[in-house]
Amino acid sequence: MLYKKTLRELLDLIDKREITPKDVYSSVLNRIKQKENKINAYVCVFDEFEENKVKGILSSLPVAVKDNMHIKGKKTTCSSKILKNYTAIFDATVVEKLKHAGASFIGKTNLDEFAMGSSTETSYFGTTHNPWDLTKIPGGSSGGSAAAVAGGEAVCAIGSDTGGSIRQPASLCGVVGLKPTYGRVSRYGLVAFASSLDQIGPITKNVEDAAILLNIIGGKDSRDSTSSNIEMDDFTKYLNSDISGLKIGVYDKVLPDCSADVQQSMENSIKIFKNLGCEVKSVDLPNAKYAVSDYYIIAPAEASSNLERYDGIKYGFRIDNYENLKDMYIKTRSRGFGEEVKRRIMLGTYVLSSGYYDAYYLKAQKLRGLIKQDFDNVFAGVDVLIAPTTPTEAFGIGEKADNPLQMYLSDIFTIPANLSAVPAISIPNGISKNSLPLGLQIMANTFREDNIFKCASAFEKEFNILDKLPLD
Amino acid sequence: MIVKDDIKKIAELAMIEIKDDDIDKFSMQFNEILDYMKEMDTLDLSNQEAAFHITEMKNVFREDTVHNSLDNDTATLNAPEESEGFFKVPKVI
Repeated sequence: MLYKKTLRELLDLIDKREITPKDVYSSVLNRIKQKENKINAYVCVFDEFEENKVKGILSSLPVAVKDNMHIKGKKTTCSSKILKNYTAIFDATVVEKLKHAGASFIGKTNLDEFAMGSSTETSYFGTTHNPWDLTKIPGGSSGGSAAAVAGGEAVCAIGSDTGGSIRQPASLCGVVGLKPTYGRVSRYGLVAFASSLDQIGPITKNVEDAAILLNIIGGKDSRDSTSSNIEMDDFTKYLNSDISGLKIGVYDKVLPDCSADVQQSMENSIKIFKNLGCEVKSVDLPNAKYAVSDYYIIAPAEASSNLERYDGIKYGFRIDNYENLKDMYIKTRSRGFGEEVKRRIMLGTYVLSSGYYDAYYLKAQKLRGLIKQDFDNVFAGVDVLIAPTTPTEAFGIGEKADNPLQMYLSDIFTIPANLSAVPAISIPNGISKNSLPLGLQIMANTFREDNIFKCASAFEKEFNILDKLPLD
Repeated sequence: MIVKDDIKKIAELAMIEIKDDDIDKFSMQFNEILDYMKEMDTLDLSNQEAAFHITEMKNVFREDTVHNSLDNDTATLNAPEESEGFFKVPKVI
């Protein structure tokens, strides 16, 4: 039953020599064999335990990695046909850092194709199912990572978040997901989607595990010039803090747009923070309501440029029959990319094209500045900002698959943090009437993950659903 | 309002082919998204600077030093076609 434990608990047991990392690996692998045909959290499972000879804090414990980050010698598919046979030729910086910290790896988790989606339904390798209810989506795009952790198919996982892709699936699967400040974690070796928004972070069973992993993966990297040289901290020291007097802003303008369950969970969390002695007040981000429009201009624009590299020449799929070079490009890309990826490339191409640049792209960049100012104004008065992670519980598989706009709107509360670069965590915030988990999002000013960990850890101690995770 | 011909033109720029059968559905979804974005028209952004860089970092420099890079065999490992460590491309002219 080792797969049920948290990373911290397992590390303690290994320290006491009560168990070996291989015991953990076998327990998790066994769990994967039992559950994977129903959940489909992985694109690829490594079924041989490779002990890490490096004596690091992770003691060879297995980590699951979203399949858009490179582990040298293993496949990186991005859940796309176009990369289905791609073998990584170098380690992503986060993977290198995990290896230096003694980690082993258990597999690559499923995602929406190229991380473009909110349900993991656009994966070339099939939908991941929510372990709480197999008829529901696990969220996305890091749906495989979140479902694996929630269902006991991974002790902990690494995801990436461009518009909510760590926090939204963490929320819908009842686990913890952290998107660090843009620049906190190197993006080197993460397959690019929207480079000004992409950020890597942990998905774990509890807040402490998230702090342990951020300590490992964060820091300056000369191979990602946007990684910050702001010094890394030991974030575990902020766990178990007394948070009386902490100033908490509630972004409550959005509550009328949420389900009754979500509204109730927010009321409950406000009560908990007040009981802990926090100063809770209502705050507004007047321009954040435009975040979805802003994001669906900026992210596709960057994606259309980043995905130009898939040309059937350097790597990946190439069509067999073609008339000439241009025909090869077009047919390779048309057969290699799925529908959502094509839609976003087209949307990005359109907003950057001559005649539309000012009306869309330039306007969106200005709006991004306004949204960032909203956050600056809020954080001048409060230490953290809370909001629901998602407007509703997990929706049904297929429910929004044919309606891209409705799918996009499910990320309305997570996108603002990416646009303004601030760190944000989603932690479990109770269970809905339909027995599905809900999430509380805690945001802080840039590089103030310390405040996030203080607040999240104190809340989790008062209220968590760890004993309710679908681990039986 | 985006019409079929616009979709075809954008697809050509993006080097993507949209099948005739799919164009209507694609245009409809495209228009729905662009209609939603009209909410931005209510904003006065005339005095607002564009936030092309959201962090405060500027001009990240490094020493221009020689270091090891990928060798040809590794770099072409995933190529659909390679020859003697080079990418083999379809005839260009």
